[in-house]
Amino acid sequence: MKRFELFEHGADIGIRGMGSTLAQAFENAALAMFSVVVPNIQDLVPSRFWQLSCESYDQEALLTAWLNTLLSYSDIYRAVFCSFEVKIDGCSLTADVKGIPYEELTVEKGVEVKGATFTELYVGKQDDVWIAQCVVDV
Amino acid sequence: MKKDLIQISQWQWEMPKKDSMQVPAWFFADKGLLEQMDVKVFEQLHNVACLPGIVKAAMAMPDAHWGYGFPIGGVAAFDSQNGGVISVGGVGYDISCGVRCMTTGLVREEVQKGLSGLMEELFATIPAGVGSEGKIRLTPNKLDEVLVGGAKWAVERGYGLKEELDYIEEHGCMPHADPSCVSDLAKERQYRQVGTLGSGNHYLEIQYVNEIYCEETAKAFGFKPNEVLIAIHCGSRALGHQIGTDYIQILGRAAKKYGIPIRERELVCAPILSPEGERYFKAMACGINCALANRQVLGHLVREVFLRHFPSASIRLIYDVSHNTCKVETHEVNGRPRQLYVHRKGATRAFAPGRPELPEQYRGVGQPVFIGGTMGTCSYILSGTEMGEELAWGSACHGAGRAMSRNAALKRWKGRDVVASLASKGILVKAVSWQGAAEEAPGAYKDVTTVVDAAHNAGLLKKVARVLPMACLKG
Repeated sequence: MKRFELFEHGADIGIRGMGSTLAQAFENAALAMFSVVVPNIQDLVPSRFWQLSCESYDQEALLTAWLNTLLSYSDIYRAVFCSFEVKIDGCSLTADVKGIPYEELTVEKGVEVKGATFTELYVGKQDDVWIAQCVVDV
Repeated sequence: MKKDLIQISQWQWEMPKKDSMQVPAWFFADKGLLEQMDVKVFEQLHNVACLPGIVKAAMAMPDAHWGYGFPIGGVAAFDSQNGGVISVGGVGYDISCGVRCMTTGLVREEVQKGLSGLMEELFATIPAGVGSEGKIRLTPNKLDEVLVGGAKWAVERGYGLKEELDYIEEHGCMPHADPSCVSDLAKERQYRQVGTLGSGNHYLEIQYVNEIYCEETAKAFGFKPNEVLIAIHCGSRALGHQIGTDYIQILGRAAKKYGIPIRERELVCAPILSPEGERYFKAMACGINCALANRQVLGHLVREVFLRHFPSASIRLIYDVSHNTCKVETHEVNGRPRQLYVHRKGATRAFAPGRPELPEQYRGVGQPVFIGGTMGTCSYILSGTEMGEELAWGSACHGAGRAMSRNAALKRWKGRDVVASLASKGILVKAVSWQGAAEEAPGAYKDVTTVVDAAHNAGLLKKVARVLPMACLKG
């Protein structure tokens, strides 16, 4: 199964994560988002580790909260994140996140993501696959 | 919804008031642009027209496209005394993203000779692209000073000239900014980002005046044919994005509390006079000041580099315009002046001649407006008009608008090829990211001239000059 993909949006970029569990779809949605920032995100070897958490009022809003939390701490820790282990309990999420500081990046960079939005937001199960998607503002 | 439109003029179309709409929705465009607009633009403007306290009409500019809550290119004014609301979607994530344009006093041929060296140093000096950081390091207290002071803060610290403040909206400092309404997370993200360009559609461009349509206005704006200009397009960086993210949650809860039906999650809003609405307005004012400070610092850095390469240059700010804002303005409604909260999402304030907010030098001709094209095509300088004031609260479009998604552009072009192709046409592009260069390929955008002509013909703006690119720095 493909882990993530980008989809069309008129002005910005749609990101979609797929997985056999909800948590895995969230992990892969994060990977999709950071593939906009660093195109070869899956090739990065992480050198740092962080723990992050967030919460929201429903499952879909939790996806934007998760992605926006990652963007906030990517700025603060000055690092790009490339590996995620997510645990979801209702509308709360905790995650082990691995990444690499910008100054250690030697690969080609893409573009900044300003924010994860509610546009084309969808979290749900289709057949046996969990999907987590939204449009990110670049 | 498109089929329900009534043609008011060749350049204006109306969606009449129906169902929950408080006012009609107006579209300023020619038939071709209207047909190109995504169906979502019509849905979104309909939803804006349903918001409480909206005055006259919800409006879409000629470059309107599918946005977040409001369409990008959406304008709406609300009356606080009549239950009017303030909406995060009406401002957007990149608060006060905007353009400043400066004259150089030099002609194209003078700059062309040293263009390569100039761009090398600008590329090394202007922080741009993913993960870039500015030279300014701020502490929490110092950042609060930026959020209150805006461009005035920057000038007081030696970034630029005091007289430039008159040539920035709000004289460089948006009132009512209250940093206590901005989250610590938003501030922490911004400590290293003052004086950075960003990426995406943000740019620094060296241009020259290719054609002048109105000599009187060009003279008032202070530029001549063939003169080299500098344009900077960027916004409030991480702070603005975080304010948007934070207040979508806060105003989402507020909308429920005040019983305001929400038709799209990003159209969340609160009454202007509610505690939540007031706090958002004060936080957004901080975002505006952050953007004004950012462009002021960048303008100063560019001036320093430019003068090192061209010591005879005289760099003067024409004006600094903001695109994503909500501002308190006085406009005439049914023959009487009324104070309104005017939301412009991806739209430019374009005040008519005579407005007291304009610097004296421009009061006879109207506010300068800059509409950017692409790295490879022309851009325009225009001025605000009385008709724009009457029709659209003194507002106009802000750019060409994309014709192709970023994904489609990436599939179609390679960044290196885009840069090489532009170089063959004499346009020097320095790009931090090849991916960014491909996404911003000139062919991925609509024809800016069509958009500008529609705005000009609708009477929202008056064309003053066309400028062409010589060089561009992309994040």
